[in-house]
Amino acid sequence: MLAESLALSAVLFTIGVVGVLVRRNAIIIFMCVELMLNAVNLTFVAFSRYYGATGQVFVIFVMTVAAAEAAVGLAIIIAIFRHRQSVNLQNINLLKG
Amino acid sequence: MMIEHFPLFYTFHFYFFGVVAIASALAFVTRKSPVAAALWLVNTMFSLSAEYVLLDAQFIGVMQVLVYAGAIMVVFLFVIMLLNLGHPSEIADARGKWPVMVAVLIGIALLAEVMTISRSGVAVRFAVPQGYNAEQFGKYGAIGTIARPLFNEYLLAFELTSVLLLVAIAGAVVLGRRRNADAR
Repeated sequence: MLAESLALSAVLFTIGVVGVLVRRNAIIIFMCVELMLNAVNLTFVAFSRYYGATGQVFVIFVMTVAAAEAAVGLAIIIAIFRHRQSVNLQNINLLKG
Repeated sequence: MMIEHFPLFYTFHFYFFGVVAIASALAFVTRKSPVAAALWLVNTMFSLSAEYVLLDAQFIGVMQVLVYAGAIMVVFLFVIMLLNLGHPSEIADARGKWPVMVAVLIGIALLAEVMTISRSGVAVRFAVPQGYNAEQFGKYGAIGTIARPLFNEYLLAFELTSVLLLVAIAGAVVLGRRRNADAR
Protein backbone atom coordinates (compact mmCIF):
# COMPACT_ATOMS: atom_id res chain seq x y z
CA MET A 1 0.00 0.00 0.00
CA LEU A 2 3.06 2.26 0.06
CA ALA A 3 2.86 3.18 -3.62
CA GLU A 4 -0.86 3.89 -3.42
CA SER A 5 -0.42 6.08 -0.33
CA LEU A 6 2.34 8.06 -1.99
CA ALA A 7 0.23 8.51 -5.13
CA LEU A 8 -2.72 9.73 -3.05
CA SER A 9 -0.42 12.09 -1.19
CA ALA A 10 0.99 13.45 -4.46
CA VAL A 11 -2.49 14.03 -5.89
CA LEU A 12 -3.65 15.86 -2.75
CA PHE A 13 -0.50 17.97 -2.69
CA THR A 14 -0.99 18.90 -6.34
CA ILE A 15 -4.60 19.88 -5.70
CA GLY A 16 -3.37 22.08 -2.86
CA VAL A 17 -0.73 23.73 -5.06
CA VAL A 18 -3.24 24.37 -7.84
CA GLY A 19 -5.61 25.89 -5.28
CA VAL A 20 -2.92 28.23 -3.97
CA LEU A 21 -2.05 29.36 -7.49
CA VAL A 22 -5.58 29.68 -8.88
CA ARG A 23 -7.80 30.92 -6.07
CA ARG A 24 -7.95 34.56 -5.07
CA ASN A 25 -9.61 34.28 -1.66
CA ALA A 26 -6.96 34.53 1.06
CA ILE A 27 -8.76 32.15 3.43
CA ILE A 28 -9.17 29.47 0.76
CA ILE A 29 -5.49 29.81 -0.20
CA PHE A 30 -4.70 29.30 3.45
CA MET A 31 -6.85 26.17 3.59
CA CYS A 32 -5.01 24.89 0.50
CA VAL A 33 -1.77 25.19 2.47
CA GLU A 34 -3.36 23.04 5.18
CA LEU A 35 -4.27 20.49 2.51
CA MET A 36 -0.65 20.39 1.38
CA LEU A 37 0.49 19.83 4.98
CA ASN A 38 -2.00 16.98 5.22
CA ALA A 39 -0.58 15.40 2.08
CA VAL A 40 2.90 15.55 3.58
CA ASN A 41 1.58 13.95 6.77
CA LEU A 42 0.18 11.09 4.72
CA THR A 43 3.63 10.52 3.21
CA PHE A 44 5.18 10.43 6.69
CA VAL A 45 2.62 7.94 7.96
CA ALA A 46 2.93 5.73 4.88
CA PHE A 47 6.71 5.55 5.25
CA SER A 48 6.49 5.05 9.01
CA ARG A 49 4.61 1.82 8.37
CA TYR A 50 7.70 0.41 6.66
CA TYR A 51 10.61 2.21 8.30
CA GLY A 52 9.73 2.75 11.96
CA ALA A 53 7.63 5.07 14.09
CA THR A 54 9.80 8.17 13.69
CA GLY A 55 7.59 9.35 10.83
CA GLN A 56 4.63 9.56 13.17
CA VAL A 57 6.63 11.72 15.59
CA PHE A 58 7.24 14.12 12.73
CA VAL A 59 3.53 14.14 11.93
CA ILE A 60 2.91 15.38 15.49
CA PHE A 61 5.41 18.21 14.92
CA VAL A 62 3.83 19.10 11.58
CA MET A 63 0.42 19.28 13.25
CA THR A 64 1.76 21.60 15.94
CA VAL A 65 3.32 23.88 13.34
CA ALA A 66 0.08 23.83 11.33
CA ALA A 67 -1.92 24.88 14.38
CA ALA A 68 0.49 27.73 15.17
CA GLU A 69 0.52 28.78 11.54
CA ALA A 70 -3.29 28.79 11.39
CA ALA A 71 -3.49 31.07 14.44
CA VAL A 72 -0.96 33.59 13.11
CA GLY A 73 -2.18 33.44 9.51
CA LEU A 74 -5.80 33.99 10.43
CA ALA A 75 -4.79 36.93 12.63
CA ILE A 76 -3.00 38.42 9.61
CA ILE A 77 -6.08 37.85 7.44
CA ILE A 78 -8.27 39.58 10.03
CA ALA A 79 -5.83 42.51 10.12
CA ILE A 80 -5.88 42.74 6.30
CA PHE A 81 -9.66 42.59 6.28
CA ARG A 82 -9.85 45.44 8.78
CA HIS A 83 -7.59 47.48 6.57
CA ARG A 84 -9.13 46.75 3.17
CA GLN A 85 -12.60 45.33 3.91
CA SER A 86 -11.72 42.43 1.61
CA VAL A 87 -9.74 39.20 1.61
CA ASN A 88 -9.46 39.08 -2.17
CA LEU A 89 -5.76 38.98 -2.98
CA GLN A 90 -6.33 40.90 -6.21
CA ASN A 91 -6.92 44.00 -4.10
CA ILE A 92 -3.88 43.47 -1.90
CA ASN A 93 -0.87 44.40 -4.02
CA LEU A 94 1.03 46.70 -1.70
CA LEU A 95 4.18 44.57 -1.88
CA LYS A 96 4.02 44.13 -5.63
CA GLY A 97 7.27 45.29 -7.29
CA MET B 1 10.62 -4.63 1.12
CA MET B 2 8.30 -7.44 2.05
CA ILE B 3 5.45 -8.33 -0.23
CA GLU B 4 2.24 -8.17 1.74
CA HIS B 5 -1.15 -9.56 0.92
CA PHE B 6 -4.01 -7.47 2.11
CA PRO B 7 -7.53 -8.78 2.63
CA LEU B 8 -10.19 -7.44 0.31
CA PHE B 9 -11.85 -5.61 3.21
CA TYR B 10 -8.67 -3.64 3.78
CA THR B 11 -8.00 -2.89 0.12
CA PHE B 12 -11.60 -1.83 -0.50
CA HIS B 13 -11.58 0.65 2.36
CA PHE B 14 -8.16 1.96 1.46
CA TYR B 15 -9.24 2.80 -2.09
CA PHE B 16 -12.69 3.97 -0.97
CA PHE B 17 -11.32 6.56 1.44
CA GLY B 18 -8.63 7.53 -1.04
CA VAL B 19 -11.25 8.29 -3.69
CA VAL B 20 -13.38 10.15 -1.16
CA ALA B 21 -10.35 12.22 -0.11
CA ILE B 22 -9.48 13.18 -3.68
CA ALA B 23 -13.10 13.94 -4.62
CA SER B 24 -13.56 16.12 -1.51
CA ALA B 25 -10.29 17.90 -2.19
CA LEU B 26 -11.41 18.67 -5.75
CA ALA B 27 -14.77 19.89 -4.49
CA PHE B 28 -12.95 21.98 -1.87
CA VAL B 29 -10.77 23.74 -4.46
CA THR B 30 -13.65 24.43 -6.84
CA ARG B 31 -16.26 25.74 -4.38
CA LYS B 32 -16.97 29.44 -4.58
CA SER B 33 -18.18 29.99 -1.04
CA PRO B 34 -15.59 29.69 1.74
CA VAL B 35 -18.01 27.89 4.07
CA ALA B 36 -18.67 25.10 1.57
CA ALA B 37 -14.95 24.85 0.82
CA ALA B 38 -14.11 24.53 4.52
CA LEU B 39 -16.69 21.77 5.01
CA TRP B 40 -15.32 19.82 2.03
CA LEU B 41 -11.84 20.16 3.50
CA VAL B 42 -13.14 18.70 6.77
CA ASN B 43 -14.40 15.74 4.72
CA THR B 44 -10.95 15.31 3.17
CA MET B 45 -9.37 15.33 6.61
CA PHE B 46 -11.78 12.69 7.91
CA SER B 47 -10.95 10.42 4.98
CA LEU B 48 -7.24 10.97 5.58
CA SER B 49 -7.79 10.04 9.22
CA ALA B 50 -9.30 6.74 8.05
CA GLU B 51 -6.26 6.21 5.84
CA TYR B 52 -3.98 6.76 8.83
CA VAL B 53 -5.82 4.09 10.79
CA LEU B 54 -5.50 1.72 7.85
CA LEU B 55 -1.77 2.48 7.76
CA ASP B 56 -1.40 1.40 11.41
CA ALA B 57 -1.15 4.94 12.79
CA GLN B 58 -4.20 4.90 15.05
CA PHE B 59 -3.00 7.65 17.36
CA ILE B 60 -2.24 9.94 14.42
CA GLY B 61 -5.71 9.21 13.06
CA VAL B 62 -7.31 10.32 16.33
CA MET B 63 -5.10 13.42 16.43
CA GLN B 64 -6.09 14.21 12.85
CA VAL B 65 -9.76 14.30 13.83
CA LEU B 66 -9.14 16.20 17.07
CA VAL B 67 -6.59 18.76 15.93
CA TYR B 68 -7.19 19.24 12.21
CA ALA B 69 -10.88 18.56 11.70
CA GLY B 70 -11.79 19.62 15.21
CA ALA B 71 -9.63 22.59 16.17
CA ILE B 72 -7.99 24.10 13.09
CA MET B 73 -11.03 23.92 10.83
CA VAL B 74 -13.28 25.35 13.54
CA VAL B 75 -10.93 28.34 13.74
CA PHE B 76 -11.13 28.71 9.97
CA LEU B 77 -14.93 28.58 9.99
CA PHE B 78 -14.96 30.98 12.91
CA VAL B 79 -12.90 33.53 10.97
CA ILE B 80 -15.00 33.07 7.82
CA MET B 81 -18.14 33.83 9.79
CA LEU B 82 -16.48 36.61 11.80
CA LEU B 83 -15.57 38.37 8.55
CA ASN B 84 -19.06 37.62 7.19
CA LEU B 85 -17.70 35.99 4.04
CA GLY B 86 -20.24 33.19 3.88
CA HIS B 87 -23.78 33.86 2.80
CA PRO B 88 -26.49 33.15 5.36
CA SER B 89 -28.39 30.85 2.98
CA GLU B 90 -25.46 28.43 2.83
CA ILE B 91 -25.28 28.01 6.58
CA ALA B 92 -29.00 27.36 6.95
CA ASP B 93 -30.26 23.88 7.76
CA ALA B 94 -30.80 21.38 4.99
CA ARG B 95 -34.09 22.09 3.31
CA GLY B 96 -36.40 19.90 1.32
CA LYS B 97 -37.50 16.33 1.92
CA TRP B 98 -34.55 14.43 0.46
CA PRO B 99 -31.60 16.03 2.26
CA VAL B 100 -33.36 15.56 5.60
CA MET B 101 -34.21 11.93 4.78
CA VAL B 102 -30.63 11.16 3.80
CA ALA B 103 -29.29 12.84 6.93
CA VAL B 104 -31.66 10.87 9.17
CA LEU B 105 -30.79 7.59 7.45
CA ILE B 106 -27.06 8.18 7.80
CA GLY B 107 -27.53 9.09 11.47
CA ILE B 108 -29.56 5.94 12.18
CA ALA B 109 -27.02 3.77 10.33
CA LEU B 110 -24.10 5.18 12.34
CA LEU B 111 -26.00 4.80 15.62
CA ALA B 112 -26.92 1.21 14.75
CA GLU B 113 -23.29 0.49 13.98
CA VAL B 114 -22.13 1.79 17.36
CA MET B 115 -24.91 -0.10 19.15
CA THR B 116 -24.09 -3.35 17.37
CA ILE B 117 -20.41 -3.09 18.18
CA SER B 118 -20.94 -2.19 21.84
CA ARG B 119 -23.67 -4.79 22.46
CA SER B 120 -22.17 -7.74 20.67
CA GLY B 121 -20.41 -9.91 23.23
CA VAL B 122 -17.44 -10.25 20.94
CA ALA B 123 -14.62 -8.06 22.11
CA VAL B 124 -13.71 -5.67 19.36
CA ARG B 125 -10.23 -6.51 18.21
CA PHE B 126 -8.35 -4.00 16.26
CA ALA B 127 -6.19 -5.45 13.57
CA VAL B 128 -2.65 -5.96 14.81
CA PRO B 129 -0.27 -3.98 12.66
CA GLN B 130 1.66 -6.01 10.15
CA GLY B 131 4.27 -3.46 9.23
CA TYR B 132 7.68 -2.58 10.58
CA ASN B 133 6.30 -1.41 13.93
CA ALA B 134 4.40 -4.61 14.73
CA GLU B 135 6.77 -5.73 17.46
CA GLN B 136 6.94 -2.35 19.20
CA PHE B 137 3.21 -2.08 18.84
CA GLY B 138 2.69 -5.30 20.71
CA LYS B 139 5.07 -4.20 23.45
CA TYR B 140 4.19 -0.55 24.04
CA GLY B 141 0.79 -0.07 22.41
CA ALA B 142 -0.28 2.48 19.84
CA ILE B 143 0.67 5.56 21.85
CA GLY B 144 3.84 4.22 23.45
CA THR B 145 5.29 3.48 20.04
CA ILE B 146 5.15 7.20 19.24
CA ALA B 147 5.82 8.50 22.74
CA ARG B 148 9.15 6.68 23.16
CA PRO B 149 11.01 8.38 20.29
CA LEU B 150 9.15 11.64 20.96
CA PHE B 151 10.36 11.89 24.56
CA ASN B 152 13.79 10.34 24.04
CA GLU B 153 15.42 11.28 20.75
CA TYR B 154 13.24 14.27 19.95
CA LEU B 155 12.84 15.73 23.43
CA LEU B 156 14.65 18.96 22.52
CA ALA B 157 12.47 19.47 19.45
CA PHE B 158 9.41 18.76 21.59
CA GLU B 159 10.42 21.40 24.13
CA LEU B 160 11.18 23.92 21.36
CA THR B 161 7.68 23.33 20.02
CA SER B 162 6.31 24.91 23.19
CA VAL B 163 8.33 28.05 22.43
CA LEU B 164 6.89 28.02 18.91
CA LEU B 165 3.36 27.86 20.30
CA LEU B 166 4.09 30.70 22.72
CA VAL B 167 5.38 32.84 19.86
CA ALA B 168 2.28 32.00 17.82
CA ILE B 169 -0.03 33.01 20.68
CA ALA B 170 1.80 36.30 21.17
CA GLY B 171 1.84 36.95 17.42
CA ALA B 172 -1.86 36.27 17.03
CA VAL B 173 -2.71 38.60 19.91
CA VAL B 174 -0.48 41.40 18.59
CA LEU B 175 -1.76 41.07 15.02
CA GLY B 176 -5.38 40.82 16.07
CA ARG B 177 -5.27 43.90 18.30
CA ARG B 178 -6.81 47.07 16.99
CA ARG B 179 -4.31 49.79 16.29
CA ASN B 180 -6.28 52.43 18.18
CA ALA B 181 -7.41 50.20 21.02
CA ASP B 182 -5.67 52.20 23.73
CA ALA B 183 -6.82 55.51 22.27
CA ARG B 184 -10.42 54.77 23.21
